[in-house]
Amino acid sequence: MSIRTITFDAIVVGGGGAGMRASLQMAQSGFKTALISKVFPTRSHTVSAQGGITCAIASADPNDDWRWHMYDTVKGSDYIGDQDAIEYMCSVGPEAVFELDHMGLPFSRTEEGRIYQRPFGGQSKNFGEGGQAARTCAAADRTGHALLHTLYQQNLKNGTQVYSEWYAAELVKDGQGNVCGVIAICIETGETVFFKAKATVFATGGSGRIYASTTNALINTGDGVGMALRAGLPVQDIEMWQFHPTGIAGAGVLVTEGCRGEGGYLINKDGERFMERYAPNAKDLASRDVVARSMMMEILDGRGAGPDGDHVFLKLDHLGEEVLHSRLPGICELAITFAHTDPVKEPIPVVPTCHYMMGGIPTNVHGQAIKLSAGHEGQDQFVNGLFAVGEVACVSVHGANRLGGNSLLDLVVFGRAAGLFIEDALRQGMTQYEPSNDDIDQALSRVRRWDESQGGESVASLRKELQSTMQNHFGVFRKGDLMHEGVSKLAELRERVAKAHLEDKSQSFNTARVEALELDNLLEVAEATAIAAEGRRESRGAHARYDFPDRDDENWLCHSIYDPLTKQLGKRAVNFEPKTVDTFQPKARTY
Amino acid sequence: MKVSIYRYNPDTDREPTMKEYDVDTQGKDLMVLDVLNLVKEMDPSLGFRRSCREGVCGSDGMNINGKNGLACITSLSSVAPGVKEGKKALVLRPLPGLPVVRDLVVDMTMFYNQYEKVQPYLQNSTPAPAIERLQSPEERAKLDGLYECILCACCSTSCPSFWWNPDKFLGPAALLQGYRFLADSRDTATEERLARLDDPFSLFRCHGIMNCVSVCPKGLNPTRAIGHIRSMLLERGI
Repeated sequence: MSIRTITFDAIVVGGGGAGMRASLQMAQSGFKTALISKVFPTRSHTVSAQGGITCAIASADPNDDWRWHMYDTVKGSDYIGDQDAIEYMCSVGPEAVFELDHMGLPFSRTEEGRIYQRPFGGQSKNFGEGGQAARTCAAADRTGHALLHTLYQQNLKNGTQVYSEWYAAELVKDGQGNVCGVIAICIETGETVFFKAKATVFATGGSGRIYASTTNALINTGDGVGMALRAGLPVQDIEMWQFHPTGIAGAGVLVTEGCRGEGGYLINKDGERFMERYAPNAKDLASRDVVARSMMMEILDGRGAGPDGDHVFLKLDHLGEEVLHSRLPGICELAITFAHTDPVKEPIPVVPTCHYMMGGIPTNVHGQAIKLSAGHEGQDQFVNGLFAVGEVACVSVHGANRLGGNSLLDLVVFGRAAGLFIEDALRQGMTQYEPSNDDIDQALSRVRRWDESQGGESVASLRKELQSTMQNHFGVFRKGDLMHEGVSKLAELRERVAKAHLEDKSQSFNTARVEALELDNLLEVAEATAIAAEGRRESRGAHARYDFPDRDDENWLCHSIYDPLTKQLGKRAVNFEPKTVDTFQPKARTY
Repeated sequence: MKVSIYRYNPDTDREPTMKEYDVDTQGKDLMVLDVLNLVKEMDPSLGFRRSCREGVCGSDGMNINGKNGLACITSLSSVAPGVKEGKKALVLRPLPGLPVVRDLVVDMTMFYNQYEKVQPYLQNSTPAPAIERLQSPEERAKLDGLYECILCACCSTSCPSFWWNPDKFLGPAALLQGYRFLADSRDTATEERLARLDDPFSLFRCHGIMNCVSVCPKGLNPTRAIGHIRSMLLERGI
């Protein structure tokens, strides 16, 4: 089968913050760059980020120090974040944030005219000794929207070639496993094209849609992780899923941690501010994993609110109408629309909701994708031609638990870093790996499978079943036997998905085809999550097990590596060697 | 409840039709997008755009019982009396005035072209400082009501001037963004920006009927922004 080939120096798959920061970098330096996005870029999920971008720009506190931010991030990660990567993110961060201001991002301001910073969870001054810090740079509670639009505008200015509403379906590799580009489908016309490039950058975002209840957009289906796993590449720490404490009960819509940063707090059905019991110092601004678990304990102990006792409340009314309308205007809108609650008058019903994938494709600080020499074990090796940035990557700055506001910093810092690295590599001459016709044909096989399907179960019903399996077997609290059952259910689902039916074979804007291809990715991410979660026999960060309730530094102070070919779980060392500061040694994690 | 949806697939249909669906909402006050998702479970061939499902990405602008809006934040009870109860049909059509690609999906090219014409990015000819460019809270407040636009196109596609001259009149969404940069104290390209708008069509086809204001799902006011640009152009002319 021969298809059209379009050749670029670099292609970026995904038009969210990370992808657009990377494409901007390369377009600015004149390299032929394509941005391939399944939605018009400003519809990407970065747009939903609310509270801000955490960075030591020393506006709220002139003495703030990126090393304090680094300490918080290492502690937040429950010590499996790579310290060289965290050091890079926190130290380069200010430069990357000031660039965003120069690009026009409409940050909120202080009286001095500087960028406004608010307190967020897990933040401290002076390495945990100096009390709560205010380090999250905000554009009201619409920081992601402001960031994403600013980056799109800069890509327009710099002439990035945007393939909007093109769906990347598969990686194309040569016989040696070097990455040559991707197969992508033009959603509007149905045409399938091979995008060939020296550098392929995955910036495909997260995969929250593997859960039934999530803050994530409907498009967050793990396309990058799915493509990597099908290409036989490993993923790292994929069992680590963040449940955000404050999703609106029922709707799943996110309510920013910035609400608690501005002084809001959680109460149970008796009106008690229960976080005082679980985290006496940081209270409602403890790390997200800690707050989410505390909320679930309240609910499981019968102190949840509502007819089913299945949620708690976020109280904001004491902040006053003026603060709420100036600092949290978007939240007021969302609460009224989705909870029929005006936060000026009454508390918002909230529940921990799947929010963020800490794991992903392992990379170094330049975004270069890493695999191990023998599947789930052995030495690090680069996957030639492949890069990953943002939520799909596991660089790893978040480890077992991400701090609020660090995702936006992650995506601008590492989108930029990958862009800078590729720019330099292209200048020095990068190899264009050439696939054979058979290689391309193999990459097309999945698309063809759906197009030739003749009968079988529907995509929607299988997707629902997958989502409820993940919700019921791999939630906030996990248990060995329940997870084991979940793994079996997913294995069975895999067989059924392989025989599922795409009824609509038309070419023009066929969203049924896109949803079918997305289902394959959801399944890949779900199964990897399930096997990794069952395999990590300890509790750390977001991964909390009833049967192994303690952190086990002797055996599990390491990354997990899932190899899709053998379905084995291996281990990979965490980096404890930052370049300019002393190592932060693991210690008991309390807030 | 009864749902009537505009259907057109260029691969198979010679002309568009309205197709009726019977959807069981269990009496709940769902969002229009929830109803569309229920229809899509029954009929996967239905095409519509959606992403964030919370009113911030701007994907699912459509015409809902005659008025443009976002499906994800329009509840059935707010559409029209009787719709939620099933006494009156929910009627969904693509945004008017743009070519239909398929079903509820329109070709947004003309809309985006007009957006690009206002050079929607900060321009500043002075060297960037080592930190952020300072901006007072009062200066920053001038951007409120402007930067929040989500490019859903509900406003421009409800504007008769845009229907008539989608290639020459920039339309409310683009003009709102045009003003967003004129109003930014960090932008130094005011004169060039105004010069680009100073012709009979780009801005002056706005007749102030405020359809844009009445449909904007984010509560923004493009007419007011257009008024501000008008004043700036007049002052510049004196």
